[in-house]
Amino acid sequence: MAKKVLVLAESRDGALRNVSFEAIAAAKEISGGGEVFAVLCGDTVQSLANELIHYGADRVLVAENEKLANYTTDGYYQALKQIIDEETPEAIVFGHTSLGKDLSPRLAARLESGLISDVTGLEQAGENTVFTRPVYSGKAFEKKLINDGLIFVTIRPNNIAPLEKDESRSGEVKSVSVEIKDLRTIVKEVVRKASTGVDLSEAKIIVAGGRGVKSEDGFKPLQELADVLGAAVGASRGACDADYCDYSLQIGQTGKVVTPDLYIACGISGAIQHLAGMSNSKVIVAINKDPEASIFSVADYGIVGDLFEVVPLLTEEFKKVLV
Amino acid sequence: MNIFVILKRTFDTEEKISVSNNRISEDSAEFIINPYDEYAIEEAITLKDAHGGTVTVVTVGDEDSEKELRTALAMGADQAVLISNEDLDSQDQFTTSSVLAAYFKDKEYDIILGGNVAIDNGTGQVGPRLAELLDIPHVTTITKIEINGTTVNIERDVEGDLEKIETSLPLLVTAQQGLNEPRYPSLPGIMKAKKKPLETLELDDLDIDEDDVEAKTKTVEIYLPPKKEAGKILSGDTADQVKELVSLLRNEAKVI
Ligand SMILES: Cc1cc2nc3c(=O)[nH]c(=O)nc-3n(C[C@H](O)[C@H](O)[C@@H](O)COP(=O)(O)OP(=O)(O)OC[C@H]3O[C@@H](n4cnc5c(N)ncnc54)[C@H](O)[C@@H]3O)c2cc1C
Ligand SMILES: Cc1cc2nc3c(=O)[nH]c(=O)nc-3n(C[C@H](O)[C@H](O)[C@H](O)COP(=O)(O)OP(=O)(O)OC[C@H]3O[C@@H](n4cnc5c(N)ncnc54)[C@H](O)[C@@H]3O)c2cc1C
Repeated sequence: MAKKVLVLAESRDGALRNVSFEAIAAAKEISGGGEVFAVLCGDTVQSLANELIHYGADRVLVAENEKLANYTTDGYYQALKQIIDEETPEAIVFGHTSLGKDLSPRLAARLESGLISDVTGLEQAGENTVFTRPVYSGKAFEKKLINDGLIFVTIRPNNIAPLEKDESRSGEVKSVSVEIKDLRTIVKEVVRKASTGVDLSEAKIIVAGGRGVKSEDGFKPLQELADVLGAAVGASRGACDADYCDYSLQIGQTGKVVTPDLYIACGISGAIQHLAGMSNSKVIVAINKDPEASIFSVADYGIVGDLFEVVPLLTEEFKKVLV
Repeated sequence: MNIFVILKRTFDTEEKISVSNNRISEDSAEFIINPYDEYAIEEAITLKDAHGGTVTVVTVGDEDSEKELRTALAMGADQAVLISNEDLDSQDQFTTSSVLAAYFKDKEYDIILGGNVAIDNGTGQVGPRLAELLDIPHVTTITKIEINGTTVNIERDVEGDLEKIETSLPLLVTAQQGLNEPRYPSLPGIMKAKKKPLETLELDDLDIDEDDVEAKTKTVEIYLPPKKEAGKILSGDTADQVKELVSLLRNEAKVI
């Protein structure tokens, strides 16, 4: 049955996040030939709307309001609630991002609906859409569906392929005015720590360092390898706690959950909380001097050795073959 | 101050997980307090030490959850409530938050603390859902909290960035790693915990009709990922291993 599906688009530093395009692809599948419309919230975001259409949205609603400049739960909640009441979608797709995780349960509670969080895949089974998601820190998977009523899901970044961008697609872009009343939580300040450049959760290649990197300087060879590969640099909790790098690089249950094509773990032991954030990566390389380290149990390729010897050699070798 | 902690008993996912009859097998499983809820308990005790009041720990679970509640009492919580889920045929985040909301309906609370996510089912829904049902604000993934009168200053982790938030009581917050270092229960703490009040409630006690809290979602299958073939551990001279790795990544895995 054709469904009308709402996608919440997210932007960061004035650009749309990839997960929004992935959400459109998921929404298309859920819609079964129905309509997919995207919602953009912010103070000045109108200029981003067309790109959502190029990635497959049929139309875009732009809710601009100065109170939406920064994400606040109450602000976005009120905007979305008004749009949902007006449009009555049959399904809603958010990214499983910081914003999506904070907002979706609250809306689901108000709409008295089920919510399937952190979806990594979906398929049609008769009338139903069945969603796959990791459970038990990624050690198992479950397939879930919503019994009846509104279908509401959040999707994990970098798992569902976006549709091909088509700049010739066109669709309606409409401004909607939303009324935002009192905000009970106020953002006083945002201290940006995440480096600009590749967003870890969207990176195709990640070079990650752990406590084995031994110092802040120890990250330099990893950065050089990353530069050659066009990769992002990530880290384990161990490296962050030891002050070798900022917490914004942390990968794992507490930090970012990543699914790159290639994950190169250097001096990381492979604790379950770290694996929870990266074990879904397509190809995993482990470099560790301890042959017993648990990271080898999830690795496709492993080198037992000193990372300070292996990583620079790897950089040189890639330089040779990538020219 | 009336301080509440919502706590989940979870599988210890550091242990081996196996599936039987389309369910995660509980035989030989280890159960623990959800690690993020330990941060919530620790912070609750710290808030009590600073502002006075009582710390009440609440869980929706089976009778075995008494063990985790006693641990929380041993850490320093004052009292515990076990809301039995034995009359429930199905339970999802809608169910759990609705049951908790029924409990809180006639309570006086200044702050409710929970974990940002449960490590087994891992949705992070229960906290924000409960806040909405109680019509109070929530702040997720907090790493610092200061309360002055009814004004609350919070730092929260947003994908590595730090957000400073001002809000007010009553409030629900969810704990992120980094908020504090949870204490271990002391021996005297464990002794005292045995005598601290632990109340058990049935759904009837909360005037809940099972049908009204029936799960909105259904799990159709649980499975373990296909066993990964053992990875290739390279051997030989380091320089040769590196050459081989680059070649494998290009020609076999085709990721470069
Ligand atoms: C047949 C069946 C039986 C189940 N039995 C149980 C059971 O006995 N206990 C159980 O918890 N779940 C049970 N569940 C699973 C249930 O659907 C979810 O675990 C739900 O209770 C919490 O969702 P979550 O794990 O995503 O928690 P999240 O939303 O990720 O949890 C976030 C935070 O919410 C709080 N919280 C979560 N769950 C509870 C709770 N139960 N009580 C108090 N605070 C909580 C904690 O502070 C936690 O850190 C059962 C499911 C099925 C299908
Ligand atoms: C609630 C909770 C949440 C957590 N969340 C996360 C999370 O999100 N992310 C996360 O990463 N962790 C998390 N942790 C921490 C986790 O349990 C581990 O402590 C952490 O991942 C260890 O980091 P590490 O592998 O860098 O350090 P270690 O375990 O100390 O491993 C260092 C490794 O480096 C190797 N090594 C040393 N020198 C060299 C060398 N010269 N060359 C090659 N190898 C070398 C060693 O053999 C060792 O295997 C969490 C813990 C808890 C309790």
